[in-house]
Amino acid sequence: MYVAVKGGEAAIDNAHTLLAHTRRGAPEVPEITPAQIAGQLTLAAERVMAEGSLYDPALAALAIKQARGDLVEAIFLVRAFRTTLPRFGQSVPLDTSAMAIERRISATYKDLPGGQVLGPTFDYTHRLIDFLLEAGAEVPEPARADAGDAVVAPRVTDLLDGESLIERETRADDAPAPDITREPMEFPASRDQRLQVLARGDEGFLLALGYSTQRGYGRTHPFVGEIRFGEVAVEFVPEELGFPVPLGNVRLTECQMVNQFTGSADKPPQFTRGYGLVFGQGERKAMAMSLVDRALRAHEFGEESGAPAQDEEFVLSHCDNVQATGFVEHLKLPHYVDFQAELELVRRMRAEYAAREERVEEEARE
Amino acid sequence: MALCAAATRSDLQAVLGTLAPISPAADLRVPETGLVMVQGRMGGDGAPFNVGEATVSRAAVQVGERSGFAYHLGRDQTKARLAAIVDALWQDDNRRAAVETALAEVEARLEAEAAVRAAQTAATRVNFFTMVRGDD
Repeated sequence: MYVAVKGGEAAIDNAHTLLAHTRRGAPEVPEITPAQIAGQLTLAAERVMAEGSLYDPALAALAIKQARGDLVEAIFLVRAFRTTLPRFGQSVPLDTSAMAIERRISATYKDLPGGQVLGPTFDYTHRLIDFLLEAGAEVPEPARADAGDAVVAPRVTDLLDGESLIERETRADDAPAPDITREPMEFPASRDQRLQVLARGDEGFLLALGYSTQRGYGRTHPFVGEIRFGEVAVEFVPEELGFPVPLGNVRLTECQMVNQFTGSADKPPQFTRGYGLVFGQGERKAMAMSLVDRALRAHEFGEESGAPAQDEEFVLSHCDNVQATGFVEHLKLPHYVDFQAELELVRRMRAEYAAREERVEEEARE
Repeated sequence: MALCAAATRSDLQAVLGTLAPISPAADLRVPETGLVMVQGRMGGDGAPFNVGEATVSRAAVQVGERSGFAYHLGRDQTKARLAAIVDALWQDDNRRAAVETALAEVEARLEAEAAVRAAQTAATRVNFFTMVRGDD
């Protein structure tokens, strides 16, 4: 329990002024702008969008500046901001197969239709610190090649689908998905609810859980069927217009994980799937999400082993870093009364202990 | 409408500049910023699920007898209002051609930017070749 305490207003005001001063850093160094953060620390801003669950690059960049680069704090700011805005509605479901691809790779097919493009990736870099960046060296102009006609890049899962080697997604109807920000989730959760929670979940937490499945805590034997990143158009049907209007493009990363077989008495063995979709260029997050999505389907396939990544309630209740930081950091709030009570208790217990010791000693003497 | 969504505020200011004079626009709905929940599909092609929200600004105006609407990603309400005016002018058969001409420049620029991105991406295409192992 914590109680309201008074006092400290001046200290708080001064602390916030000091925070603003410290945030600014050395005055002789130029002040950073949100546009610089959005344009040059893009992946940080995109992580804030993904876990803040709000697509707005300029806002995410501003939040990072305000939070002095503390991304969880920035995510918190973005989540708080979204609560101040009215909801216009839900978009038309995105069509990721129509993505303007900036990166697309597959670890399962070398020559998949549409080909593989690396795009701007850290893969194959040597992970050596580049001191030229510190020196401000000129950046060479990127190479260009004939892009040809618009590349048609079918999903890898569609290739396997032709032979029924992989499970099909069911697309019975397009009823709007339940929204965990509107109706609290109950367990067991549906897969659409789980995916919403995972899409906004903490990258570090999901990465660790995904890793745990690879190390044997709920093995799923995953292959990266495909990872793609690029811009996808978002459409929305305003009530007053009644037809879909294009809102603009969002940058998204999609991961199709292809996992080992399942089958049953009435179904031949086939590959199963895990899915990841996140705002921005967030490959690690999309991969982790797809691993955890698949792990959470263990019950569906009758393969539960009690591993943490398969425990829906454990995963979904703890992957939100705003909730987690709120509860962990609330321990900083005054718990004076609570602690006073504990002090009383421990003093009484110690007195009882001393009295008992004394009695035992007296009895020994007699 | 897709073009207006992709255009910048200054693009739209320039477009409206070329279309002057324009009778004053009355707000049918005061420009407003809100949220649209972006839905994806499970596995890319399955049933919908919520990926996260996006900020969206909207405006509705009346210019003369025509009304125009705009819905865009982002928080730029001024831009949404400008786009709604462009939309209202486009509804007017007498001005549609002029609006499309003015937007053509924006379209050309956006297409050129997309073409550069596509060409830079294409240069990172992987061309696999198989090493043939000799028999002796």
